[in-house]
Amino acid sequence: MKYSMATIAAVTLAISIYLFVAYDNDLGGYQFETEKYHWLPGLGVTFHLAMDGIAAPMVLLTGIVMVTAVFMAWNTEPRAKDFFALLMALVCGVYGVFLSLDLFFLFFFYELAVVPMYLLIGVWGSTRKEYGALKLVLYLVASSVLVWVGLIAIYVHADMGTFNLIELEQAGFDATFQKIVFPLLMFGFGVLAGLWPFHTWSPDGHVAAPTSVSMLHAGVLMKLGAFGIIRVGLDLLPQGAQDWQLVLVILATVNVVYGAMSALAQRDLKFVIGYSSVSHMGYVLLGIATLHPQGLTGAVYQMFSHGIMTALFFALVGVVYDRAHTRDISVFQGLSKRMGVTASFFAVAGLASLGLPGLSGFIAEFLVFVGLFKTYPVVAVFGIIGAAITAVYILRLIAKVFFGPLDSRWENLPDASNLEKASMLSLVAVLIFGGVYPQPFTRIIDQGIGPILDRVNAVA
Amino acid sequence: MNVDFALLVPEFLLVGLAFGLFTVDLFIPNNKKDILPYLAVAGLLAVAGSAFTLIGNEGSLYANIYVVDKYAIFFKVFLPIVGVVMVIASREFVKKHLESPGEFYSLIMVSVLGMMLMVSANELLTAYISLELLSFCLYIMAAYAKREARSNEAGVKYILVGAFSSGVLLYGMSLIYGSLGTTTFEGMAETLRAGEHLELAFLTGLILLIAGFGFKVVAVPFHMWAPDVYEGAPVPVTAYLSVASKAASFALLLRLFAVAFEPAIDDWKPIVAAIAALTMTVGNVVAISQKNIKRLLAYSSIGHAGFLLVGIAALSEMASTALVLYLVGYAATTFVAFICVIIYFNLTGSEKIEEYAGLAKRSPVLALALTISLFSLAGLPFFAGFTIKFYIFTAAATEGLIWLVAIAVVNSLISVYYYLMVIRQMYIKPATEAAKSLTMPKITGAALLTLVGVVFLIGIYPQSITGLIEKATPALFG
Repeated sequence: MKYSMATIAAVTLAISIYLFVAYDNDLGGYQFETEKYHWLPGLGVTFHLAMDGIAAPMVLLTGIVMVTAVFMAWNTEPRAKDFFALLMALVCGVYGVFLSLDLFFLFFFYELAVVPMYLLIGVWGSTRKEYGALKLVLYLVASSVLVWVGLIAIYVHADMGTFNLIELEQAGFDATFQKIVFPLLMFGFGVLAGLWPFHTWSPDGHVAAPTSVSMLHAGVLMKLGAFGIIRVGLDLLPQGAQDWQLVLVILATVNVVYGAMSALAQRDLKFVIGYSSVSHMGYVLLGIATLHPQGLTGAVYQMFSHGIMTALFFALVGVVYDRAHTRDISVFQGLSKRMGVTASFFAVAGLASLGLPGLSGFIAEFLVFVGLFKTYPVVAVFGIIGAAITAVYILRLIAKVFFGPLDSRWENLPDASNLEKASMLSLVAVLIFGGVYPQPFTRIIDQGIGPILDRVNAVA
Repeated sequence: MNVDFALLVPEFLLVGLAFGLFTVDLFIPNNKKDILPYLAVAGLLAVAGSAFTLIGNEGSLYANIYVVDKYAIFFKVFLPIVGVVMVIASREFVKKHLESPGEFYSLIMVSVLGMMLMVSANELLTAYISLELLSFCLYIMAAYAKREARSNEAGVKYILVGAFSSGVLLYGMSLIYGSLGTTTFEGMAETLRAGEHLELAFLTGLILLIAGFGFKVVAVPFHMWAPDVYEGAPVPVTAYLSVASKAASFALLLRLFAVAFEPAIDDWKPIVAAIAALTMTVGNVVAISQKNIKRLLAYSSIGHAGFLLVGIAALSEMASTALVLYLVGYAATTFVAFICVIIYFNLTGSEKIEEYAGLAKRSPVLALALTISLFSLAGLPFFAGFTIKFYIFTAAATEGLIWLVAIAVVNSLISVYYYLMVIRQMYIKPATEAAKSLTMPKITGAALLTLVGVVFLIGIYPQSITGLIEKATPALFG
């Protein structure tokens, strides 16, 4: 059973890589388009999939994170079958959101990605799992209510009898409408992206979730929110995006700084990573809010880079927790003596997180900052303060947990298993590759955001 | 007057079936009574088949007060199938917990007959009489566990409230007749269009009529009776109350409002919309605190009545299609939930939500089926609930009721919470020590899985059903 699961995951990854590589950068636009299937003609719902330059890195990201998550969940007990089935449903939803060109199905898959989390966390989770699971699902379903109303409003106002995104692009919504509906989408999708002050579900959910679910949750699921803002919000309501630009900039700045400061104060390893995710998603939102070529490219690249990085983080924390049965930072010391590989991977993830050149996080954050300096230079300063705080908590964490004299309690701590090492190594490889050779990514992302920026600039 | 009796074949068959079962019951010994449900199922399938053959031979009877159009035929096929599910769902329960099975199944047949008449009624008195035929069967069925005080109480409450609401309904009808001078739906529409009616009498009558129907379809503030009756009645009857009677009542309401009251839409639209908002809010909010699964489903069905009323308030061809689709999807989903409750009750005798703890271990199939139905009721994707809610909300928003849709969507969110609480018991809470694993009954289990299939079908390939509905609903707007 596990092997069939691994096979499915591997095939999915292979397809994802193929899609990413075969995307024709010179052509741009939506590619690999499926037949437009009239799923519910009475309602104007079409089943229509295609991939553009924004979705491409997300598809790749999902493939990578899924495979590694499956391997990290190799020894799930009990009821492994149910666990993997739900995990599949989640991943299916994620792919669906990235690839749907129909708003109905975008929402369909969006909900599909969220709901399995309840059982995944509630049944297989740990610390305060019921609280974490319920909080997460209620926050996300509540936010999807905003999205739902927004989408229906778009459908009704366009009066074209269709949910198809491509057709709706022609609708030309008036300024007042855009101003009213954009915040529905911004906050609705934003909650899933960890937008402050609606981010608290995320660290609580992470702490309660099993390792592989945390990986998918922070690595992929939170990206759906940011993706939704770009795909639906910016694309259909560019005027609304400009009206709300400043609000998003301010909230995202709080995200960055507040998330980093919260991470600084945590004592639980997973909470640190959870809040660091909130902080890093702040960069994504900041990049989106710039409505500027470099900023947006940086945002999408940060989505990819952070997805890989945070998946690695959660895998590492999972490895430590599985063996030490605690995540309390204060009890750890000198683990690198026993868990050399884990420690070095953690260092790589940490350096990517604080934006060290040579790792993908640097490129992404650099692009976001360039965009910011050109639009909101003052905010950029706060962004850099956030990055500085990140450096503090990451370096302090690494020093405390992995270096120094080995605490005698951890004398017999084994290192990660080979399977775990292999999957974490592949994540590390992607981080480094993305840092030294980002062109394939940035080029494809540029293709994706080009048309959207044109639409945004057309109203400016 | 030329009466084409061929149009009444399904109804005649049902009458024959009801009395046939009754008679057969007299002549077979007690240990052979198991054959009755099979006869009932076969008969109902024949009824559905005969209704199916009416397609293409539509017509009307008795000066157009009884119409057999595509809309009616759709329900005349659908309702006997609901009856089939009901018979299969109650088979074991009746054997274990109830006396006189013959009369019970006969009553189901007569109630289906009442519903078949309701969907064809094109005139107020016909509508009233067929509604009463259904109601009387339901009164008896609610009190059918006659040695149980709870069931008796349910029956008495139901019949008292039912009689009262019938009175309100009749008073409203008489005022409308006084104002419009006719009881036929088309005639009423004509007078309304001409604008020669007594405005005040019509409005009073309309409000009383809505109140009367409000009792029947369990709309707030006319819902007080429902939770007690739903909890007290035998479980299969509760299922029947919340699915079948609701489906037929809404079918009738839709015809009434689409054909007769369409010209006065501005008068009643705000009223119905307000009742819809109230109904879904009260139903869903009160459901949160329920400890008994039957009561929980009762309040949830009140919530869904609110969603259905959204379809009435929106009144358009699209909304009608959405409404009928909602009825079908809701029927399948709710029956799945109730069949699970029935099976669990038959096996363990418990109906408290906390007693569902650890069901996922004790019977994975049952827990999964119940989870699917609850997720579907909550409106989550891949299941019927998502499609039908999205459809009906979009249709309502298209008719300018976006504020109502916003309320409905928030309510849908609230419902996710209390459905999750049941799922939490089954999957996250451990089973008590004494709990053994449970074996699924075969026939009921097969019916359950078939219905789960329907829930998926509407969730994934709704066109299979909407294709049929879209042919049926234009009959109302001809």
